Amino acid sequence: MSVFRPNWQALMSLLATLYSLTAVPFTDSMGSGTPLIVVAILLAGALASMLRLSFALEAAVLTLASFGAAAVLIGGLADAFGTASRGYFAALGAAWLLGWRLVTVLSGDGSRGSDGGGGTAIIVPALFGLWVVILWECIVRGAGVPFVLLPPPSAIGLKITNSTSILAADFKQTVLKAVLFGYVVGSLTGFLVAILADRFRFFANGLLPIGNMVSALPMIGIAPVMVIWFGFDWQSKAAVVIVMTFFPMLVNTLAGLAASSDMERDLMRTYGATHWQVLLKLRLQAAMPFIFNALKINSTLALIGAIVAEFFGTPIVGMGFRISTEVGRMNLDMVWAEIAMAAIVGSLFYGALALLERSVTFWHPSYRR
Amino acid sequence: MTATGFIKDRLVPVGSILLVILIAWYFAAYSMNAPFQRDFDRRAGETRTSVEFLKKTMSQPKPTMPAPHQVATNLWKNTLTVKPWSKRSLVYHSWVTLSATLLGFAMGTALGVAIAIGIVHIPALDRSFLPWIIASQTIPILATAPMIIVLLAAIGVTGLLPKALISTYLSFFPVAVGMVKGLRSPDVLHLDLMRTYSANRMQTLWKLRIPASVPFFFTSMKVAIAASLIGAIVGELPTGAVAGIGSKLLAGSYYSQTVDIFAALIAGSIVAILLVTAVDVVGRFVNTRMGAKSQ
Repeated sequence: MSVFRPNWQALMSLLATLYSLTAVPFTDSMGSGTPLIVVAILLAGALASMLRLSFALEAAVLTLASFGAAAVLIGGLADAFGTASRGYFAALGAAWLLGWRLVTVLSGDGSRGSDGGGGTAIIVPALFGLWVVILWECIVRGAGVPFVLLPPPSAIGLKITNSTSILAADFKQTVLKAVLFGYVVGSLTGFLVAILADRFRFFANGLLPIGNMVSALPMIGIAPVMVIWFGFDWQSKAAVVIVMTFFPMLVNTLAGLAASSDMERDLMRTYGATHWQVLLKLRLQAAMPFIFNALKINSTLALIGAIVAEFFGTPIVGMGFRISTEVGRMNLDMVWAEIAMAAIVGSLFYGALALLERSVTFWHPSYRR
Repeated sequence: MTATGFIKDRLVPVGSILLVILIAWYFAAYSMNAPFQRDFDRRAGETRTSVEFLKKTMSQPKPTMPAPHQVATNLWKNTLTVKPWSKRSLVYHSWVTLSATLLGFAMGTALGVAIAIGIVHIPALDRSFLPWIIASQTIPILATAPMIIVLLAAIGVTGLLPKALISTYLSFFPVAVGMVKGLRSPDVLHLDLMRTYSANRMQTLWKLRIPASVPFFFTSMKVAIAASLIGAIVGELPTGAVAGIGSKLLAGSYYSQTVDIFAALIAGSIVAILLVTAVDVVGRFVNTRMGAKSQ
């Protein structure tokens, strides 16, 4: 067994590093000494990763090399907007390849046994996200992409910390008022109508095809009508959210209530259970995965509905309003700040629902290990 | 399902609920338009019989809630009595939206399939990329639509492509997730069989994984095409009402032309139903030809 174990990411990284030496200095402010540090880090990382090291050692070396090089490269961009040379991007590419190698090492060969515990499930996607941000920052600032086209992540982060009061006001208007109210009312009505319709087969037979069809329609189009009916404030946005969330809940609950098997229902019958007892103790339990599916779909729909409805008219506060006006004023960093907030709110909402689902439908096969 | 069963379990319930909706709509039109009409009559000093009053509430030029027949008349007028390529025709606007939808849908489907094939074959991509794809859908991406449109206009890309890109973003996700499931759906026995034939990865992909994923493919395409249409309509909003169903909605909202808004909504709904039905029919045909059991 040889000590060497070449892999293509490290080889490519090595070539890119050597190529980067042809265009020194990397940026106007980096001088000729700093590039050598970057090159040394990258060479060491690439060579070390081709040795037969233990898993932990290789991961540590790769982490240090890729992120160390990236840190120096980002530092070299200070006061050097748009002056990066070919060598800079070659070194960036080399660092990124080492990062890829790290992800490959961490995720193993794809078999179940190579899953390094619960840690990798979070670390690997986090590394991926981190690299997207690093590449975004370096390419935008290094190549001098105009600010009005795509602001670098650092500028967006600065904007977020500088304008928390505006963001908080928009959050209150859009999420706490329109989305939350609309989501709760829409989902609850959908649920209750489904329970009622389920009591009478005739209703269920009629509502299910209609609900399925309506779910495919561009319901977002009712936004202008709702703005005309309910005015510019949050009530009209909540109305849009109610209409958008009602049908997915109705359809999913109806489908879920039909999910329990005949055997189980027969068993309940032999116990002499009433309709409501069967509903409460068997059918609603069996419907929970479907109901949570609807709640998850609705969490995204509710945010989209409220934001898009604000494009049609709103008081001078709200996430959709801010996005559409700041785009017009070319304040792209504010727009990205709002989008980042929307993304965080959306992910947290979804994540909370997923956690709740886990504790409510713990019996479901998909959670068994 | 037998013919009588179909009539009893489908047609009658669906028909009666649609009828109830229609009656409720008329009732809503009357009660929502009545206050304005009463006010209007009082100022004009007119007194009407209740039948006359009822008729008036159903024929206002800018009603709060247009009556169904007003919408139907508007739809009829704007589709069949004007030339389909004139700017007043809803057929023209639907076509504009439809072309962006179809382009975006095609790109989104291709992208989704490519991502799915990558994810199934490269474990690093599976671990690092799939969670982000799922997270990307919890983001209200439509919020970025105005920015994407304005940005692409700034670098000289206008017309069909920006709208189609929003459609692409919305439609690639269902296809990618559905196809990952579909490409992984062959069971271990079948994969082992391919191995005993000493099939390489390409052969396994073409001869086992892709045929096995076809039912998943069509199911996810039905979701994707509906999402694609929504993307195209929202993509038309920030361009300032040039053409398309979205621009009709925006123009209607500027001038409070509720009848126009409803007509545009119905046109969009018809397009949506046609698209989903088309995918469904093709899917059924392909599935039957490939020997899937009919349901």
